[in-house]
Amino acid sequence: MTQYVLEAENLGKTFGALVAAENVSLQVAAGQRVCLIGSNGAGKTTFVNMVTGYIKPSSGSIKLDGQEITGLGPRQIAQRGVCRSFQIPQLCLELTAAENILVALTVARRGALSFWRGAYDADLCDEAIALLERFGLAGHAERPVSELPGGVRKLLDIAMALCRDPRLILLDEPTSGVSVDEKFGMMDTVLRAMDGSDLTTLFVEHDMDIVSAYANRVVAFYSGRIIADGAPAEVLVDPEVKRYVTGNAK
Amino acid sequence: MSRNLHSTLLYSAALVALLLAGLMLPQWLLFLLTMAASHGVVGLGLIVMMRGGVVSFGQGLVFAIGGYVAGLAATRYGVTDAVVLVLLGSAAAAIAGAIAGPLLARYRSIFFAMLTLALSMVLYGILVKSSAVGGSDGFNVPRPSLLGFSINETNSDYAFFALSSVIATVLTLLVTIYCRSSRGLLSLAIRDNELRVEYLGTSVRAAMAINFIIAAALGGAGGALTVISLGHIDPNFSYWTRSGEFVFMAILAGHASAPAVFLASLLLELVRSFSNKYFPDTWQLALGLFLLLIILFLPKGVGSLWAKPERLPRQAAEKAKQAAARNATEAAE
Repeated sequence: MTQYVLEAENLGKTFGALVAAENVSLQVAAGQRVCLIGSNGAGKTTFVNMVTGYIKPSSGSIKLDGQEITGLGPRQIAQRGVCRSFQIPQLCLELTAAENILVALTVARRGALSFWRGAYDADLCDEAIALLERFGLAGHAERPVSELPGGVRKLLDIAMALCRDPRLILLDEPTSGVSVDEKFGMMDTVLRAMDGSDLTTLFVEHDMDIVSAYANRVVAFYSGRIIADGAPAEVLVDPEVKRYVTGNAK
Repeated sequence: MSRNLHSTLLYSAALVALLLAGLMLPQWLLFLLTMAASHGVVGLGLIVMMRGGVVSFGQGLVFAIGGYVAGLAATRYGVTDAVVLVLLGSAAAAIAGAIAGPLLARYRSIFFAMLTLALSMVLYGILVKSSAVGGSDGFNVPRPSLLGFSINETNSDYAFFALSSVIATVLTLLVTIYCRSSRGLLSLAIRDNELRVEYLGTSVRAAMAINFIIAAALGGAGGALTVISLGHIDPNFSYWTRSGEFVFMAILAGHASAPAVFLASLLLELVRSFSNKYFPDTWQLALGLFLLLIILFLPKGVGSLWAKPERLPRQAAEKAKQAAARNATEAAE
């Protein structure tokens, strides 16, 4: 029997009369790299937000490694090993890139934070620099995030999410706002940084070239429902997907 | 040498110099410095909160609790030692902080400020109506002893100055260490982006509540020190203008440096004293203009004149440079 990292069963979410998600069921096995596609408002980010605890589902259940996590908040879900990055990177703008990673590492490694142990502990600093290097960001270590360009912020946001060594990572549009030339380089960097871990990845993406190149499974959303689920080669030629998602039905 | 050891030595040297200088200072200045140190301790608490992105407009609450508990312990329960009175005042305020903190930690910006202000004014109302603690007149507090030594009329000014200086220095050192700790860095992260901190897997509310409790303990210690030095307490300790003075002091100091709060406190005392003497009816105007100038020319407070932002330790910075060079080589390839 397949052990799933993530099991979402009949998830639903309504905002008043608006149905943002309806009967969404999805099982993700360990090590899979799943891409969620769909037009704006299709329910991708709603799904990500429900899994990571930002919004509570109106119905259905979510399990992580067989354990119920439905209705838990972002903090508890992160502690159980689900981390995420954001469409608009969520960083501490006045801190440097290294300090952002140090905060994430400190929370991950020292759950009960110390009142006297220095934030710039040598071991943590080494780990932070090594992580920044994996993402090609070491040159930005001592620069305040407010001075960093968008692509660097995206990578830093993902690097922060990885600090907890999560079981499952959700990347919300990791290449949005990045120039076409840089998108592939950015995905290569992210995947290289995650290399060697059995990390299960869900990412939301609009660029079908990126989807074809990096996903080993694609889930298509439309109007709050899943309309196709399978290998990229199958899903991207699905007539419904062509009609509602990729927009090239002809 | 570690940064904390460096600070310990620096603060100790400053304390010794201050205590020696105190032997030569006139009485009026000793009293002014004593008040500046006592109030500065309350300001330290505000700095701890400001680093997390909130400002309490009701620090008079814990200031009064600390003062009243110290005063009552001295008058009703015969506690005579000044250090014990300060500890009692601080502990009582910390307990009050532990009760209010978790509730207040849910709120931010103006809501947090107004709720703290409301709580302090509730206490003010209760104190004014409570004849058991002297009502609006308050009550006098007898002169305590200090670590077994009696304090008399001739040495009291210096004794209280020394007591408040030592306590203020120790607390400033502890706050400095706290600000440099992982919790201190977390506070800055919370001020910048609460959502991200929550998604990292730690409780923002718990961190804010802890900051509030620390600030309460410091406020209580400041209240007790003030009562011991003044020999009197009344409900004005909890009045909103008193809380406003602490906010004034914290804005003047900025949160970049803990010792800056004492300079701000001293400046406030000096401006108030001299404005009061030379412009008795408009001294608040002088105070307001002074604050305006500080906000215009030193928006991050007087502490920003000398405090440098924390940086990676030299060894780590060197490793970062080497890693950056490797990244650049990889990118070029």
